[in-house]
Amino acid sequence: MSVAADRNQTPPAATAPRRQIAFEAARLKQPALALLLPLLLLILWHLATAGKAYSLIPPPTQVGLAFYDLAFGGIRNDFFSGTLLTHVIASVSRVYGGFFLAVLAALPLGLLIGRIEVVRQMLDPMLQILRPIPVTAWLPLAMIIFGIGPTSAIFLVFLGAFYPILINTVFGVRSVEPRLFEAASMLGCTPSAQFAKVVLPASLPAIFTGLRLGLGFAWMIIVIGEMTGVPTGLGAIIMEARQLSRTEIVICGMIAIGVAGFISDRIILMIGRKLLSWSPNHV
Amino acid sequence: MSDTPTILSLRHVGKTFDVQGRKIEALRDANLDVKRGEFVCLLGASGCGKSTLLRIVAGFETASSGDVLMWNRPIEGPDPTRGMVFQDYGLFPWLTVRDNIGFGPASRRRPSREVKETADHFIDLVGLGKFADVYPHQLSGGMKQRVAIARVLANEAEMVLMDEPFGALDAMTRERLQDELLDLWDRTKLTVLFVTHSIEEAVVLSNRVIVMSAGPGRIDSDITVDLPRPRDVSSQDFNELRRSLSGKLHSHHGKVAA
Repeated sequence: MSVAADRNQTPPAATAPRRQIAFEAARLKQPALALLLPLLLLILWHLATAGKAYSLIPPPTQVGLAFYDLAFGGIRNDFFSGTLLTHVIASVSRVYGGFFLAVLAALPLGLLIGRIEVVRQMLDPMLQILRPIPVTAWLPLAMIIFGIGPTSAIFLVFLGAFYPILINTVFGVRSVEPRLFEAASMLGCTPSAQFAKVVLPASLPAIFTGLRLGLGFAWMIIVIGEMTGVPTGLGAIIMEARQLSRTEIVICGMIAIGVAGFISDRIILMIGRKLLSWSPNHV
Repeated sequence: MSDTPTILSLRHVGKTFDVQGRKIEALRDANLDVKRGEFVCLLGASGCGKSTLLRIVAGFETASSGDVLMWNRPIEGPDPTRGMVFQDYGLFPWLTVRDNIGFGPASRRRPSREVKETADHFIDLVGLGKFADVYPHQLSGGMKQRVAIARVLANEAEMVLMDEPFGALDAMTRERLQDELLDLWDRTKLTVLFVTHSIEEAVVLSNRVIVMSAGPGRIDSDITVDLPRPRDVSSQDFNELRRSLSGKLHSHHGKVAA
């Protein structure tokens, strides 16, 4: 917005800043809309809890302070102070450990079940019976088999992430358009090469949906996974704080899981957008 | 055309489908010889077996009886010498225009530089130079079909099999693609087997029209079209031929209904 521009063409120069403001407003509209409801909830939460002596739920300000203390210490300097990073790292390693194991198992299995009828007939009934069993129900057995510690946590996360990846991979492989196999074979692509050149890319969108759901489940399962008696992890501090009636720490743990899950979902979405830029349904 | 070699012959070809325990005869005793460089249209209403015949030639279906020979050798399955252009394009959505066109050569393990050169040559041939790096979902129907045609040409197909390739396009695009196809056919001297239910399309494009009828599907008549090219759809000869073909098609309809 130079002075010269102002002098030469008054009308455009006058509208330009206004247009820029309009543009800025449009750009800010989406985050503003997204923040509206959380802010409203925050206010309600504050009004319902602040200043009440016997509230079992701490007010937001107290949770905020607790979060700061959990992250950096220096306020209460107790058992929880300054430990956030340790717990986040522990949980992230278990979530991704279990998730990658699930990918390693579910992806090849899903490709086989989707492509080979015998494998499907052999495995599908068993998997369909195992699938409705909630991860929580596996907890006692997991602790007997894997003992008290992170291995059980990783196993439970693995179970949670396994089925969405498996089911979406099978779906993706089975719903490849038959036309594409005809096109590939008349172009000289041998049936054995079609697996890599047709089946895999064609089922990638469904596989990605499975990965995204699986990672989401992994974060949901982590609290249960860390009920297996591990000393660290976001799930572990939630359980610990609950026993000590430190509800503000429980809420901090919940927020940390939400944020960590959100960030990891954004990362997988970004990778997905890069790999699936060809797919009209994934833009 | 009498001294040109026969590229494709069908001898007493029949096809019966088994649909939930019921036998449906889709094609009965089809006999056809196609010479190299011919543009042959298979014309008929739905259910006359024209697409079945084409799919048997492609190798996607096997004949229940009779012989299907290309260069006197039985056709045993899909193969790059016979390229198919589908009505619904059948492009690979995860590949760019260039990679779709290069798919055939790449499948036959040509060096990647050669694949790219071949692809680029055929991209230019169908006038899609500006869209080489675009994915199929960003293209219009007409452009998609150009890619499908280029993909078959890039693969050095000797015969192009087209299954109502322009059926899903609007009239303007359809006419333009018909002209482009004739131009390509003229330049490449390909053999084309083209399935359509449009009489006008058959007369505009082909050297020969094979009229088929339904119930069961069979070849009814084989008509040579020797109108001069480019063909004028408003000329008297064109319309006479169109009327006579229309008569043939409708008389069969009558027979089926009776």
